[in-house]
Amino acid sequence: MHQKSVAEISAALHTGETSSRELTDALLARIEQLDPRLNSLVTVTAEQARAAADAADERLRTGEAGPLTGVPLIHKDIFCTDGVATTCGSRMLEPFRAPYDATVVRRLAEAGAVMLGKANMDEFAMGSSNETSYFGPVRNPWDLEAVPGGSSGGSAAAVAGRLAPAATGTDTGGSIRQPAALSGVCGLKPTYGRVSRYGMVAFASSLDQAGPLARTAEDLALLLGGMAGLDERDSTSVDHVVPDYSEALNRSIQGLRIGVPAEFFGEGLDADVRSRVNAALEVLEGEGAELVEVSLPNMELALPAYYVIAPAEASSNLARFDGVRFGYRCAEPQSIEDLYKRSRGEGLGDEVKRRILVGTYALSAGYYDAYYGKAQQVRRLVAEDFRNALEQVDVLAGPTSPTPAFDLGERADDPVQMYLSDIYTLGANLAGLPGLSVPAGFSRGRPVGLQLIGGYFDEARLLNVAHKYQQLTDWHKQVPEGFE
Amino acid sequence: MAIEAKEVEAIAHLARIQVEDDAIAGYARDLSGILDLVEQMGQVDTEGVEPMAHPWDAAQRLRPDEVTEPNRRDDYQAGAPEVASGLYLVPRVVE
Repeated sequence: MHQKSVAEISAALHTGETSSRELTDALLARIEQLDPRLNSLVTVTAEQARAAADAADERLRTGEAGPLTGVPLIHKDIFCTDGVATTCGSRMLEPFRAPYDATVVRRLAEAGAVMLGKANMDEFAMGSSNETSYFGPVRNPWDLEAVPGGSSGGSAAAVAGRLAPAATGTDTGGSIRQPAALSGVCGLKPTYGRVSRYGMVAFASSLDQAGPLARTAEDLALLLGGMAGLDERDSTSVDHVVPDYSEALNRSIQGLRIGVPAEFFGEGLDADVRSRVNAALEVLEGEGAELVEVSLPNMELALPAYYVIAPAEASSNLARFDGVRFGYRCAEPQSIEDLYKRSRGEGLGDEVKRRILVGTYALSAGYYDAYYGKAQQVRRLVAEDFRNALEQVDVLAGPTSPTPAFDLGERADDPVQMYLSDIYTLGANLAGLPGLSVPAGFSRGRPVGLQLIGGYFDEARLLNVAHKYQQLTDWHKQVPEGFE
Repeated sequence: MAIEAKEVEAIAHLARIQVEDDAIAGYARDLSGILDLVEQMGQVDTEGVEPMAHPWDAAQRLRPDEVTEPNRRDDYQAGAPEVASGLYLVPRVVE
């Protein structure tokens, strides 16, 4: 049963072939047995999960169940969970217990989903390898010497390792799509504002967006339906109708125009990734889609603009972690300044400090126009490139990340090398567009992802294309050795 | 652009982050590398381009100024490092 998708589990629960409690117990046992190899979970909520599963089974019996009722899942540890630790991968929040649920957590719980635990992640979602977590790195189920990607690395590894059929994640510059690609699962970053950010620890507020990870596009559709929609508690959440994402999955892609941006196939793209992605595009072409070469001329400026905007917003957002109201406080502070400085110095890890320092510098007097102002202008140029391209085509397609998963430790000492892993994903965040990664094969045993980017609120189309692709391929059905 | 050690100290002070002496050189090197990356933006002329603060330039949604949340001070303070009588305690700031 642990190999089954959310859709298959949902069907089995509704026919009575299995119960949520049975499934939950089996997955909890699997987590206990296998997660020591992966370190994908920071907290396991076994007792709560069993109670939620029993309640779901009751709903299934009385006919009050929806498609997610009784379905086990894992939440990235960036989402606040009432009474359960929310660490965000940081020593700073190790003692933190939120007194409320994030909207994403609440909505999925109301739909009857069963939380098995909280997923490990890069500290404050800053990282592309899950190595910056205070709770240790996560390993890639496909190769335990490889990183799973990040920052939603625990979510991706848990889904790839069949510890849960689905997980939530967040994506500020690629943090859902890149780990999905490197771990061989599906991941969707919705349009900015599609999913509420309430109760989601903020990193870069103009870029952050929550979304699902699962093994199939069909499952992403079910999960997004449970997560999306207006939330009065997030002033950036959008009042835009939530369609039935499952309905469009099987639509024909005959005549669909797929834009292939030349800039996604330039220098730095691994040869294997290039050939896997080209093969995936041919599959879509074989289904009647038309491939059209397009250009995003300012794409190479997305990375520099991102590494001003994200750290600048982070330096502001993370100012709240000051050792006064919640979280870590240093021992025996001598003064208020000493309290601030040592609590932050000891409670935050290296990469987080680095980004706060970059952001503080970029926002400091005399530099604002040269850095933040300039980056916001470049952001508009990048967004306009996407707008122009999407006027010519229905979706854009290319690699999710320029390389397959790299080795643990390989890039840990060079921040700029690490940042390059997100070079194809962060454009969608700057523009606010939805993006999806779907498994498209392997390179030397490590997964490769195909990325699809669509127009605003066009998630249904991305899911449709990815679903069609998965109907014609079986990459998502392959199982990492040792996780059968 | 090279960031000097004393600039790292100044930025760290602005950010209220204690940085150990033996870590300063590493931060100076990393920050210099990141700023070199960032300065590639200089290649493009952005004269007259309106800065983009929000993904689709939407205005912030407003709501009526009504009380919508109950007072949960005790819950919120339950996780605080040090509180007394509903107040957050910090080292003395006024002698």
